[in-house]
Amino acid sequence: MNTYEHSVSLDVTACTGCTTCLKHCPTEAIRIREGHAVIDANRCIDCGVCIRNCPNNAKKATYSKLDQVLRKKKWKIALPAPTLYGQFENLDDVDYVLQGLLDIGFDDVLEVSQAAEYVSAYTRNYLKTEGISKPVISSACPVVLRLISLRYPTLQGHIMQILPPMEIAAKMALEKTAKTHPELKREDICICFISPCPAKVSYVRNGFGEYKSEVDEVVSVSDVYFSLLNVMRRENQAPESLSRSGMIGISWATSGGESSAIFNDKYLAADGIENVNRVLDQLDNGNISSLEFIELNACPGGCVGGAMAVENPFIAKARLQSLRRYLPVSQNFLKEEDKDYIPDSYLFESLPTYLPIQRLSSNFAESLRMMSDIQKLRANLPGIDCGACGAPNCRAFAEDVIRGKAVVEDCVVRRKRELERQNGGPHHEGE
Amino acid sequence: MSEAAVALHFNVDGEDFTSAGQASVQVKKSLRQLGIDSEIIRKVSIAMYEGEINMVIHAGGGEAHVLIYEDRIEIKLDDHGPGIANIEMAMQEGWSTAPDNIRSLGFGAGMGLPNMKRYTDDMKIDSVVGEGTHIVMTVNL
Repeated sequence: MNTYEHSVSLDVTACTGCTTCLKHCPTEAIRIREGHAVIDANRCIDCGVCIRNCPNNAKKATYSKLDQVLRKKKWKIALPAPTLYGQFENLDDVDYVLQGLLDIGFDDVLEVSQAAEYVSAYTRNYLKTEGISKPVISSACPVVLRLISLRYPTLQGHIMQILPPMEIAAKMALEKTAKTHPELKREDICICFISPCPAKVSYVRNGFGEYKSEVDEVVSVSDVYFSLLNVMRRENQAPESLSRSGMIGISWATSGGESSAIFNDKYLAADGIENVNRVLDQLDNGNISSLEFIELNACPGGCVGGAMAVENPFIAKARLQSLRRYLPVSQNFLKEEDKDYIPDSYLFESLPTYLPIQRLSSNFAESLRMMSDIQKLRANLPGIDCGACGAPNCRAFAEDVIRGKAVVEDCVVRRKRELERQNGGPHHEGE
Repeated sequence: MSEAAVALHFNVDGEDFTSAGQASVQVKKSLRQLGIDSEIIRKVSIAMYEGEINMVIHAGGGEAHVLIYEDRIEIKLDDHGPGIANIEMAMQEGWSTAPDNIRSLGFGAGMGLPNMKRYTDDMKIDSVVGEGTHIVMTVNL
């Protein structure tokens, strides 16, 4: 039934079946079965926490290979996420990176940070719209969007219906190409997003609700970083003046950047998936009122913390701070007639259908019986959440057993206690 | 009366104001697992939240039992607080005996009991001054 294509995947040969990812997964999507991890595609939100924590590098993000993308179409346009700029030491001008992208084989470049400045400007318009549910939740982080569609049905109406900067950048790139190269057809063009995060790969593959992404390929910041290193070392000439983004656009790479651009102090910015969950819980309970805007980033520090980036997010953040220091606040402005308006092409129409992953059964009476059985079983489990059964904790294990996805004998602690009972009490060394 | 299919029990800690509202969150999670309509979940969690906060503010905590039947949800709140002297008065919107420090946090607007009544299909209050308060709220499914 699941048709959601994920970027996060498992290398079975590298997985030792340890319980690290099991314990860290924020949606309890992982189980250990037959000695290795198994990811439940219905629950996975592509947050990349398992990739960051796996001691054996068995968790991987899948994305397009840069060299293959560069061989594909007639006209290849790179859309670098601003996180890319934070990967380089001693970079004092974004133009070196953009020139580098052309040098490695892209035909044109359109900065996602440039599109982000338009999104910021339209967000200020959006917040003035009458009848919208506040606080408005940012639509930029795909992990947060999927988390809301799986767990927080009542918050879906708060999601800002402006497309994320990546999509706006794709549209801008297509418009620009239509003007500069009218001979090119859509199928001659490859729009390639340079992503710090696996969830963007999934977003591009699956779309969002009814919306289908305009991005054709997604490559990783890390792959691009390593190929850029080769060409950027040649400091023979000054790069072309290509960058069209200011402080606001660059700041989108770090938590709080998007919010600061709404020019309104009634906002909250949280990063890291656990913090995101806490904020959404509070919001769901109606405890966060009087805020205009909520920016949530699943990765620690914001997009710079993405699992497909190279550099430590805090170092990347520090570099971006110095990189943007002498930039104008913004380099992209709305036309006078757009000051109270958002073009339809910037909006998405529908939200994904709520997928109730927690629901026990579609039949209420059956759900009640199952919950009652889960409660009874939990009372008979050790409650130490060891993970040896393959479930992240005793509660999840009880649910698995009642759902028919595990057998109670998988609990080794319980089995040990039964053996002890049969043998007349626990035995210890030296007794 | 038939036996509840699922019974949830919570000790509402009167000492720790920061944890007030936690039981309501747990109830909401369980109701979602059961696939209950989101409008009903909203009603139950607001009623539960208000009741929980009341027990923390006025009664030094207490106990909450949430009983889920096939046709209804019952929320039972029991405390050994000061009791409510005039229930009719307490049911009026805006009437509150909450202390100032609580009001400064945004509570004590006198909407607790009225909201509990508004969001449930039935509410019974049994209170004895000096002994405590017992409330049973029912939301029909």
